Amino acid sequence: MKKITLIIVILLITAFHSNISFADQKKNIDHITKNLRCLICQGQSVYDSQSDFALSMKKLIRNKIKAGNTEEEIYIFLKEKYGEWIVYEPEVNKNTIFLWGLPLILFIFGGLLIIRKVTIK
Amino acid sequence: MKNNKIFYFVVILIIAIFFVLLLGLKEEKNYSPQSDFKKLNSSISLKELYSGKNIFLNDLLINNELNLINIWASWCLPCKAEHPYLINLNEKFDINLIGINYKDNLENSKNFLSDLGNPYDEVLIDKDGTKSIELGAIGVPETYLINNENKIIKKFIGPLDLDDYENIINLIKK
Amino acid sequence: MINQIGAYSLYVCLFASVYLIFKSYISSKNFDKKIDQTFFATLSVQLFMTILSFFTLVFAFVFSDFSNITVFNNSHTLKPLFYKISGTWGNHEGSLLLWLLVLTIFLYIFFVTSKNMNIRYRILTILFQEIIIFGFLLFILFTSNPFLSIFPIPKEGLGLNPILQDPALAIHPPLLYVGYVGTSIIFSASLAALITKSVDNIWASHIKNWILISWIFLSVGILLGSIWAYYELGWGGFWFWDPVENVSLMPWFCLTALLHSIIVLKNRNVFHSWTVILSITTFSLSMSGTFLVRSGILNSIHTFANDPSRGVFILTFLLFLVLLAVFVFFFNQKNFPDTYQRSFLVSRETGILINNWFMMFFLSVVLVGTAYPIFLEVINDAKISVGPPFYHKLIVPFLIPFLFFMALGPNIKWIKDTIQKRNISQIIIFFLCFVISFFIVFNTNTNYLFSTLLFTFSFYLFFNVINSFKKKNSNLSQKISHLGFSIFMLSILFNGILSKENSANMKVGDEINFLNKKLIFENVKVESDSNFKKLIGEFKLKENEKIIHFRPEIRVYSQPETITSEADISSTLFSDNFLVFSLIKNDGFFNVRYQHKPLMIWIWISVLLMSIGGVLSFFKLNEK
Repeated sequence: MKKITLIIVILLITAFHSNISFADQKKNIDHITKNLRCLICQGQSVYDSQSDFALSMKKLIRNKIKAGNTEEEIYIFLKEKYGEWIVYEPEVNKNTIFLWGLPLILFIFGGLLIIRKVTIK
Repeated sequence: MKNNKIFYFVVILIIAIFFVLLLGLKEEKNYSPQSDFKKLNSSISLKELYSGKNIFLNDLLINNELNLINIWASWCLPCKAEHPYLINLNEKFDINLIGINYKDNLENSKNFLSDLGNPYDEVLIDKDGTKSIELGAIGVPETYLINNENKIIKKFIGPLDLDDYENIINLIKK
Repeated sequence: MINQIGAYSLYVCLFASVYLIFKSYISSKNFDKKIDQTFFATLSVQLFMTILSFFTLVFAFVFSDFSNITVFNNSHTLKPLFYKISGTWGNHEGSLLLWLLVLTIFLYIFFVTSKNMNIRYRILTILFQEIIIFGFLLFILFTSNPFLSIFPIPKEGLGLNPILQDPALAIHPPLLYVGYVGTSIIFSASLAALITKSVDNIWASHIKNWILISWIFLSVGILLGSIWAYYELGWGGFWFWDPVENVSLMPWFCLTALLHSIIVLKNRNVFHSWTVILSITTFSLSMSGTFLVRSGILNSIHTFANDPSRGVFILTFLLFLVLLAVFVFFFNQKNFPDTYQRSFLVSRETGILINNWFMMFFLSVVLVGTAYPIFLEVINDAKISVGPPFYHKLIVPFLIPFLFFMALGPNIKWIKDTIQKRNISQIIIFFLCFVISFFIVFNTNTNYLFSTLLFTFSFYLFFNVINSFKKKNSNLSQKISHLGFSIFMLSILFNGILSKENSANMKVGDEINFLNKKLIFENVKVESDSNFKKLIGEFKLKENEKIIHFRPEIRVYSQPETITSEADISSTLFSDNFLVFSLIKNDGFFNVRYQHKPLMIWIWISVLLMSIGGVLSFFKLNEK
């Protein structure tokens, strides 16, 4: 029982760690525009859209990358103009604690329920 | 008994969710970013349409008048529809009208203004649309009302209609 | 005339519903030993009337009867016949009629095929299903009537969205609805079984078929929707974590969990209450989904009816059904057999519990992601987006342990097993998978550890499943479905890291070079089709000796005025070559997007394979 828990925990930790640092590595324009909502389209990302808004946005972001801005700085800039809604990936702040946390809490809760239902002997 | 507690908890949870969703239905569906009297990003500079000179938006804002920034384009049909309102505002009221020509062809823009009349005190160019994004715009047409503290007091997304026109007149009078 | 027939038959259904609700309630209270003939007669009448009403609407569309307001809003004389027919369910009112059709057909078939089951159980199933039917009839008749008339009769209709004029999209709703709405009978039967103390292994065998039908159709329905999105929406993606997509995925997770736990109930007669909870949850999710997409509470690319008043109705109806189920569940808790058995750690029962555990986790991620923005806006007045990065970050890491358990689970015996014997061969297989994966990942520019782990465990599952085919035990259906899933994971992974995209603004005569390929924009032709004009781009892709011709289109529709881009996709078993072009304002220039997507077709084949496993199980072709 303990071994299995340990295996799962190790796997998850390595997965999460790799997942998070993976995101930091790619700063190129595609990655950024895929994470931005095209505000005049219905459910398209700036990357996918060919609308005027999306094309202008892509140009602006290219300029900003050339000027040395980081991905975070670009998001902050755009969120200040358009609100948090424009970025697809939600922040981790006091508003979104349950968004990120609830599934994880439920997972742990489910695990505890299973432990109760399962025996070794 | 434990089962009873779980039962009540589940029922209350379901009812609570129901009410939240009910309230959610009443919320506005189309998201328009709130200006909430945000400060205008007036530090940007744009080229003027006729002279080609670079001007800072800041320098064009007049302190003791209401300023109106209107983003338009010659290829934009709703812009044509709202144009008469802008002409009227310019001719009859004390308001500083700044036009920003969005992703347009210079010849077409100048023709548009000479054919339908030029309501603007100044016309600036946003060739690739990036300047409009600096202002927080989404597309054309879009209109902003700026007060003497450089704050956006009203944002109109889409063409101006009669209600918007009267709204602007009321705000001018204050 | 047609409008009247359509509407009145619905009223007959309504009366039949009320009658059946009362009759089944009384019959159940009296513990009747026989089923009255009137049940069968009334159900038959109701079925006939529903079918009649539905086909009335179909005919109204086919003959372009614009006196009917639904036909007027959603059709056009120029529309091809096939799409006139599919236009019947391509709108809010018509699709509700489809809901009703499936609800009544399923109840009828259930009634007719359950003659060997407890009488009171059958009657109570009718009761609960009729309550659902009644609610839908009220909803249709009072808020979404497809048979309203307009006068004077317009000469032409307002046309259907051209994006919806597509074969895959035409049959996607009926298939999806059979899956979706099919969960209603599972719900009703579960509540009935609960009250009549019949939740046991015999009932599990009986209800498993219904779960299979729902699951198979839902899987295929979702598959078709994704295939359609892939070749129609023009961006090369096939899943966008759009609310409407999520809403079809959530019952799928629940149904998959239910399918597995019903197997445990059938074989070992345990997990009674959990199985019933899953049944209730699945249908509740399906109803909530209906609410979310039809009330306008969410922003999505699939806009259906955006009418808050309809939303209030569905929400209230949903509240009623869920509370009803919760009450029935808690007041009949004592009806479960007294087998509070614990499963052994190493046993297939536990394996399936673990499957359910992960399914519920994936479900909660999608549910929270989809619904959270609504809650946040109401409570805190903050507007946020929850998009693909959220789902990927939460789901993908958990796939790794999930794949591991999925590889081991089916090989573990029921009741109790040991893990000693298999250790060595498992470790060898695992090590090989790791080496292969590392090699693959090393040759592409991605994050090493994470991708390697994903590949490793996907291969690990794949090889374990292949291995299991050598064993002579039955369960062919399970092996095929699991094989399908492992291929699904592998194709998505390969497609993910090996796909490449190039885009540029080109005019006729331009050519671009990338890697060892050359793309030439040869020509643009203008042609007319049934209800649109098209600009056909002629492209040639040269790769060493190979030449592929592409003819993507830009379509200009007149009713209503829309411009769409149709990609041209050249599919082989090895990869898809995807080309799409769109208009941009610079005269003569087009934005051209080319994508090379390895193993794309295997994503579809693998889902189909999973469903085939289900079909085999349904026809009991897995048992010797």
